[in-house]
Order: sequence, then structure tokens, then C-alpha cells
Amino acid sequence: MKHLLAIGDLDRDDVERIMQRAEGFAEVGRRDIKKVPTLRGRTILNLFYESSTRTSSSFELAAKRLSADVVSIKSSGSSVDKGESLKDTIATLGAYGPEAIVIRSPHAGAADLVARWSDAAVVNAGDGKHEHPSQALLDTYTLRRRLGSLEGKKIWIVGDVLHSRVARSNVLAFRLMGAQVTVCGPPTLIPRDVDAALGCRVSYELDGLEEADVVYALRMQQERMRESFVPSIREYAARYQIDSRRLSPRQLLMHPGPVNRGVELSGEVIDGPNSLITEQVESGLVVRMAILYELLTRGRPRPEEQSGGPRDVSDPTPIKEPA
Amino acid sequence: MTPTRAISSLDWRGAGSPGGDLVLRRASVLDPRAGIDGVHDVVIRDGEIAELAEPGAGEGRGEVIEAEGKHVFPAFFDPHVHLRVPGDEDEEDIETGTRAAAAGGYCGVLAMANTNPPVDTAGDVLALREQAAEHGSVPAGFLACVSRGMEGGDLTEMAELRDTGAVGFSDDGLPIANARLMRRALQYQHLVGANIALHEEDHDLSRPAGAHAPHLGGVMHEGVVSAALGLAGWPSVAESTMIARDAALAAYEDARIHVQHLSARESVEAVAAAKDAGVRITCEATPHHLALTDEAVRSLDSRFKMNPPLRAEDDRQALIEAVRSGLIDCIATDHAPHSAEEKEVPFEEAAMGVTGLKTAFAALHTVLVLPGVLDLGILVERMSAGAAPFDFEPPSLAPGSEACAVLFDPEAKWEAGADGWESRSDNSCFAGRRMVGRVLMTVVAGQVVYRQRSFAMGVA
Repeated sequence: MKHLLAIGDLDRDDVERIMQRAEGFAEVGRRDIKKVPTLRGRTILNLFYESSTRTSSSFELAAKRLSADVVSIKSSGSSVDKGESLKDTIATLGAYGPEAIVIRSPHAGAADLVARWSDAAVVNAGDGKHEHPSQALLDTYTLRRRLGSLEGKKIWIVGDVLHSRVARSNVLAFRLMGAQVTVCGPPTLIPRDVDAALGCRVSYELDGLEEADVVYALRMQQERMRESFVPSIREYAARYQIDSRRLSPRQLLMHPGPVNRGVELSGEVIDGPNSLITEQVESGLVVRMAILYELLTRGRPRPEEQSGGPRDVSDPTPIKEPA
Repeated sequence: MTPTRAISSLDWRGAGSPGGDLVLRRASVLDPRAGIDGVHDVVIRDGEIAELAEPGAGEGRGEVIEAEGKHVFPAFFDPHVHLRVPGDEDEEDIETGTRAAAAGGYCGVLAMANTNPPVDTAGDVLALREQAAEHGSVPAGFLACVSRGMEGGDLTEMAELRDTGAVGFSDDGLPIANARLMRRALQYQHLVGANIALHEEDHDLSRPAGAHAPHLGGVMHEGVVSAALGLAGWPSVAESTMIARDAALAAYEDARIHVQHLSARESVEAVAAAKDAGVRITCEATPHHLALTDEAVRSLDSRFKMNPPLRAEDDRQALIEAVRSGLIDCIATDHAPHSAEEKEVPFEEAAMGVTGLKTAFAALHTVLVLPGVLDLGILVERMSAGAAPFDFEPPSLAPGSEACAVLFDPEAKWEAGADGWESRSDNSCFAGRRMVGRVLMTVVAGQVVYRQRSFAMGVA
């Protein structure tokens, strides 16, 4: 793997490899010193053209845990806001010789363009409403830890599918790992032809939700009301909110965050025993470490790491901090 | 009925100065409109087709070209191009745009009025005509806006614009959203005469986020591919419902309209219904809508972004069938040059539009004629039929006609863009594609306005 641009580019082996690597890093995370020298001396650029809390912090921390040098740039206050084009920004930042660029953009295909314009490995950290592959991988990882395998599992993705890159990447990833996926939401927020496009079932109502092993709720943005996608948040919540009445004890609940409490999820299920929401955030860190590792070593440690560094990342030696 | 006039009466550099004799020997001459299909020596003299002689018998004082195995067609006419003057001369100007037209085999083009600022006064039209007379490789005509400033509010001074030489009216680039304004323009056509060319798009449907966020317009066809890519869709019905509205208004006002760049099956059906009902309606389709589908957008390459968007295979098939049947009257390129900085950005941000003059015929020859999908004669006819809706006489190869002809090598293989574009912009959706068949020479009113380089050097 040279880049991580879209789930559609991956095969099952790629996902398995990243999952296993992430498990190795999870083990590191339980040690006192959580840092490994794997990517020491490598430069990773985080370029966020959209506000983000968990994705940007998680990529930044993942890079730091791997001992990479990290530069994080947010669009606010940078040359991006001064009208510089993406192409020029990439050329400018390319002068630092980054080995990886993590990019979040409001526009589909932005990561593909960066991959074309730069020699660096590129991670798509969300491009418009297109894909968010690292989210799908961390969700897959989270579910595998609970369920073992996704083979034959039924997963319902509920909410604003039309505007959701998470929905698109997750349908593809869950299906790749053998799950059956249903997308559910008001007809105005389900893209036309999405069943043919992604290979999922479509439901406009929560009837039948009881079949689901996993309920994955999407964020419902307030502005959708003004765009007349839904008549009111109240009506949306009445029809599609996941609450303790609709969720049975055997069903797992996920959400990519940030949650609108009382809109797509009721407060009691967010904090309830079915909820994997906090685990998703934890998984985010180790999965993103695994992604950076995969791209920057192509699955193989560099020669100097084999002598001086860890023998294998699944058994990485903690860095000895200078006394 | 408005009388027709010769294409060469439009402004261009070569107006009024016929070249020397030219004989195209043993050419396969094809002009379905004139009922000509055979091997002849085409003798061009004093700006006219002097004779279609027996092979080897044509005589002329001047240049003789051996054209065995080559075709001679009536030169093409494009009723829909963007020359970007005034305002965006970094993207195209009259010199480069008409040079691209000549290289594509065109003997005339009509330029749209959505320039910067838009063409909406007599002075604008006169200035453009002067430039065309000085710099145009081929005759160029200019449409003026239907609405002042292209703002969709008030009518332009259409009668005066027509008197100063505007060849038609269009707010192309934008629909005429207001039905009242559309109706007034159609009523006023009884005074003005000239046709009204319509970009049909209901923004309420093609801009899914609505007035709240007009910049979040649909950027591609709404369908399987837009669902997969998460791109905002521009549904087919946003076009077809507007066509139905305007056809009904044209019928009611007994006016005529020309529908631009049909893209969808629903639109073909709307035009068919109008034609069946006797509405005076003509329409065009572009080479890109006939050759490509929204599958090309999966690459997220902005060279496949235009308005209206590339649609599904079923739409493409409907367009091809309509070209074949004549329901679609003509091919128009909607040649829309854009600078690199407007295209080298993510797909959603990229400007809409593709160039097309140089590649139009070769692309359709490669994609539709050679695989047997479309008859060569039909394509040749549709390539110049766009003159009629704007009251120009389509070129003819019948002896005595003004000599507007193209010499075409049906077997030449070339890569689009490999030897440049002539245009100032390179945003072609066919860039890098292998083309079979190439324009070798274009003649307007007896004058050679283009020779393909290797052909000119005697290599081809």
C-alpha cells in the first residue's frame, strides 16, 4: 500500500494486516512508556482543511507514538485562508520532504490530488462527503474486538447517509469483511441509487432494526433542516433516534462522533452498556498508528530498525528516555 | 420565417478575398444533405465549388492535392462555443478559439454571451465583431444575453442588439429561471426574429442544498456514481422539466427556441413530445455527452466536469438514438476553455466546462462511427446542421455553392493533445485518448484556413 485514499482500493488482506498491526500497538499502549522508535526521523504532515477534533488529534498522537516528527496545519490562520491553492500548498510543504501527508478536506478527491502532486504517502482523513477510510478501519477494528469476525453480521447505519463520508467508507469496509449492511434514514437523506452504488440494503424506517447485531448512528446536522431535508429535528428524532426502547441489550451501538445528544442518540444509550463510542476513540489511535506504519514501512521495518530498533512492531521495544 | 444567409457573411479575417484554385483529386465526397456520395475531383474556384469532376479529370490553376482514400465533407458549424472575450482572455480569445475551430474542421462558430462582463449592449456586439473581422480564422458570430447583465431580471435591448449583428440570444451558463421573463422574450421575438438558445436547468433541483447554500450545487449526474462518490447530484429532471416549460411557452407564444446541450433521456423525451406537438424547437448534443458517461467521473478528474454533467449510459444511448433519428438536430461542442488554476483543484471546486472544437469530429468518428453505432453520413450532416436554427445556410458541396469544406483522413491515428490544442486552454475530456481519423485541411469560402502540420509538410 502506497496510500490510503479509499476503502474501495483495499482488499481483505490489507485490512487484516492493518488490524493485526493495530493489535500489536494496542499492546504497546498498555505499557508505561507508550512510544516506539519505528518512525524516528520521519516527517509527517497533518493538513486539516476542516475542523476536526478526534481525527486530527488521533493522527497527531499516532505519529508521535511512532516517534515521527509531526507538523500539524489547520486551515484557520494558515496560508490556505489567504487564498493559496491546494497545489501550491502541497508544493510549499513538500520542501520539508514529508514522508506522509494526512489530509482532511471538504472536497471529494482532494487526497487523490495530493497523492498525484507529492511523493509522500497520503492518508485520506476525510474528503468531502466521499470517504473517511481510517474511520472505517477503526470501526472495523472495534467491532472485531467485540465480535471476533464480521462475517454474516447484520449492521444498520442510521441517519444522514447523503452527507456522510463515514457511511460510504463503512458500508464498503463492513461488506469487505463479510457483513450485511442496511442504510436507514429519511428518504431525503438517502442518496438515490445508493444500494446499487455500495451494495447495501435501504430502509426508510427503523422497523426491522431488531435484526441488527450492530447499530451505527450518524451525526445529524442542524443545518439540514434549513435545507429542507427534514421538516424538523423533532420529527427526525421521533422517527430515527436510537434510544433504549429501540436498542436491545444484545445490540452494539456505534457513532463516529461528535454526538448530538437527544438528536440521533438519546443520552442513556450513549453512556449505556451497548455503547462502543469510547472504544472507537481508543481504537482510532492504534489503527492510525498501524496505518502510518503500513504506509511508511510498506509493512517492512527499515534495515536500521532491524538492527537498532524493534525487531518487529508487534514486539516493539519501548524507547529508553535519557536519564 | 427569417431569411437565411451565408456563413461567410459573418465577421472573419478572410472575408471577401477568395483564394486561388484548389483541386482535391479522387476524394470520397460525402454531403448527405445535397445527396452527394461518390469519388470525385473537387474543384474549388473563386470561393465556390466549381465542379465535382470525374476522378482524375478535375483541372484548376493552383494547388492540386491527391486525396485518394480521404473524405471531403461540408465543413462543420458550431452553434455553441465560448470564446471568453471579453474578460477571460487568459483562457481563450477570438484568435485562438477560431484557430481551434479551423483545426477541428469548422467553417463557423457562434459564441455565447456569458463573458465577463456579459454581452448585453450594442457596443459589446460591435466590439466583438471588429475583433472577429481582424483575428478570426473562421467566421464567428455572437449571441447577446436575453437578460440585462445576465441577471435574469429585465430584457436586453434585443431589437437594437439584433440590428448591430447579434445572431441570437442566450443566457447560456444560466437558465432563464423566471417564467415571466422567458415568456416576454418569446413574445418579443416576433419583433426581433432571432432565435433564443436555452441552457435548461432548474436550480431548485440541481442545487440540492437550496438557496441556503447556492455554492453547494450539483456537480455531477445524480445516480449510482454520485452516490458512490458522495458528490452532490444534478438530476436529469432538472433539465427535462425546464425544457417542457419552455416548449409549452414557445407553443403558446408561437415562438421558436433552440435547446442547448441535451444530456438526458428525459430531455430527449421532452423534446420529442414538443416536436410531435408542432412546437418550433431545435436542439443540440455535445460530443462529450455522446461519447462519455458519469463513469468517467469516478476518477474525480476535473476534466470530466461540465454543465450539464456527463450522465448514465442509458442517457447516452438515448442521445445517440436521437442524433440518428434527427430528433437532435445538430452537434455542438459547448467548447468551454478554462485556465489550469480553475481545473487543478478538487472536483467540487473546479470550473465546469471542457474544450471540444479540435476533437469533436475525430472523437465521434472514433467512438460512434468506426464501431458502427452511427452512420458516417448522419454524423457529417449533424456536424453542420447547427447553422439552420440561427438562420445560416448550412454549407453544401453542390456545384455553385460557397466552398466550405473539410478534408478528412479516416485512417489517421493520433493522440488528442499530443501536438497541442490551438486553444489557449487544455481542459479537454479527450486528452490523451487515441483518435482514429483526422482533419487534414479546412476551407472557408475557398480559402484554406487550416492545414494539419504533417499533412502540410507532405508526410501524411
